Amino acid sequence: MIACLLFIFLVPLAAAGLALMNVGLGRSRSAGHMMMASLCALAVAALAYFVCGFAWQGFIGGPGRVLTVSGKSWNWIAVEPFFFRKLSFDGSAASLVALCQIFCVGLAAVIPLGSGADRWRLRASCLSTGILAALTYPLFAHWVWGGGWLAQLGVNYGIGRGFLDVGGAGTIQVVGGLTALSVTWILGPRRGKYSADGMAPAIPGHNAVLVLFGCVLALVGWFGLNSAGSILFTGGEASGSALIAINTMLAASASALTAAFITKIRFGKPDASLTANGWVGGLVASSASCAFVIPAEAVVIGSIAGVVITFSIEWLELQMEVDDPGGSISVHAVGGIWGLLALGVFGEFQRPVLNLAGDSLPSIMGFAPGQWLAQLIGVATLLGFVLPLTYCVNRLLNRFYPFRVSVEGERQGMDLHELGAGAYPEFVTHTDEFLPR
Amino acid sequence: MNAGDFGMMLVGFLLLPAGWLLALAAIVLFAPLPLRTAFVLAGIVVEALGLILAFRSHLIPREEKR
Repeated sequence: MIACLLFIFLVPLAAAGLALMNVGLGRSRSAGHMMMASLCALAVAALAYFVCGFAWQGFIGGPGRVLTVSGKSWNWIAVEPFFFRKLSFDGSAASLVALCQIFCVGLAAVIPLGSGADRWRLRASCLSTGILAALTYPLFAHWVWGGGWLAQLGVNYGIGRGFLDVGGAGTIQVVGGLTALSVTWILGPRRGKYSADGMAPAIPGHNAVLVLFGCVLALVGWFGLNSAGSILFTGGEASGSALIAINTMLAASASALTAAFITKIRFGKPDASLTANGWVGGLVASSASCAFVIPAEAVVIGSIAGVVITFSIEWLELQMEVDDPGGSISVHAVGGIWGLLALGVFGEFQRPVLNLAGDSLPSIMGFAPGQWLAQLIGVATLLGFVLPLTYCVNRLLNRFYPFRVSVEGERQGMDLHELGAGAYPEFVTHTDEFLPR
Repeated sequence: MNAGDFGMMLVGFLLLPAGWLLALAAIVLFAPLPLRTAFVLAGIVVEALGLILAFRSHLIPREEKR
């Protein structure tokens, strides 16, 4: 239990790392606002999760609403009491899950902020975070980590070991990444990003040091996230954390170097922001399978993540006209989906998996036939259920409380407009930042 | 967003859950792995079509680029 607690306490560092990256990849005139929004997102997510999120997510073996289809039970939502009532804080598995999840939901909430940088109003981002933490995140997390129907696919229908996601590549990263996509569609691009002549000039981040330091901080957070997830959601031992940490590090390294290599080949010099995105993309891709692959496979997973993410960022920006300053959609949604599929392709089970809602465990070891189909069904659920739900709810929210800041606010910068003070008051501001676009 | 783009977006966002339901139906209706796989893949293809329409409906009209 002590080891698990220590791993859980590392998780907020992942959110801190992502927040620093989002700050660095945005403009200097919105830096303070971005950090403030990250802090508020963590706070709102924790409170919303405390109020009703955990009640709907639940934990393995807890009470849930069950739909019976052709004699098979489909557990679709938990029915725990609100406000953590009836949860005993005595080191029980349920209390550890609640603690871990209150940090994880904050991590998911920080992801969309990178996409909405320089134009997403603070209160609107808080409202959107509330919806994420109270509704979309708990629902999908219940299906995967709370003994829901995706976890039951193995027991009910013999599809592999059911949908597996050790460190939250789907439940945290893809859910956050798809929320980022929804928010970006609703907000539209920053002014000046796409000109009438078809050009899409790059708007570079203002501080590469923050971005790269955020990568290192995220790595430490991911060690905790993947290790805690393995213990809490797949029944792993703390002793397995060495393999998990090695796989996490190798995937991130391979992904970052691949991104650096690709950018060096294509642009003549390695690109710092794309390399940083590659690093985090490798962390994201490692999350699903870190406990069930060997180190060499982690390198392959990371390398492919580096390629996919680098081209995805460019494709979204130039072809699909999605203005995502933090690269959150590619890194978290695309990288997470690749990570989930990679578990189906490479995953081998050297130990029993406790992801089955307390059902008796089938004693299949090694490669589980149909595991990749279970992962595919999970990805289909993310795209076919989570994305439309998130988009519709956020679009509805946008009707009542517009997400986008006014033209004047965008020109002035989010710091001055929303907070009344800049993040760097003693710095000389370049005049071209105040030219109307 | 003009009427054409709105319609495209609506169809896109209807195709996404349609593909998901196809994948769910495959789990319940078919037992053999190849058949299940074929239907789940068909569901993913439908979702991909929905996603393409959703992306295209959010392209910025030329007159709004500035």
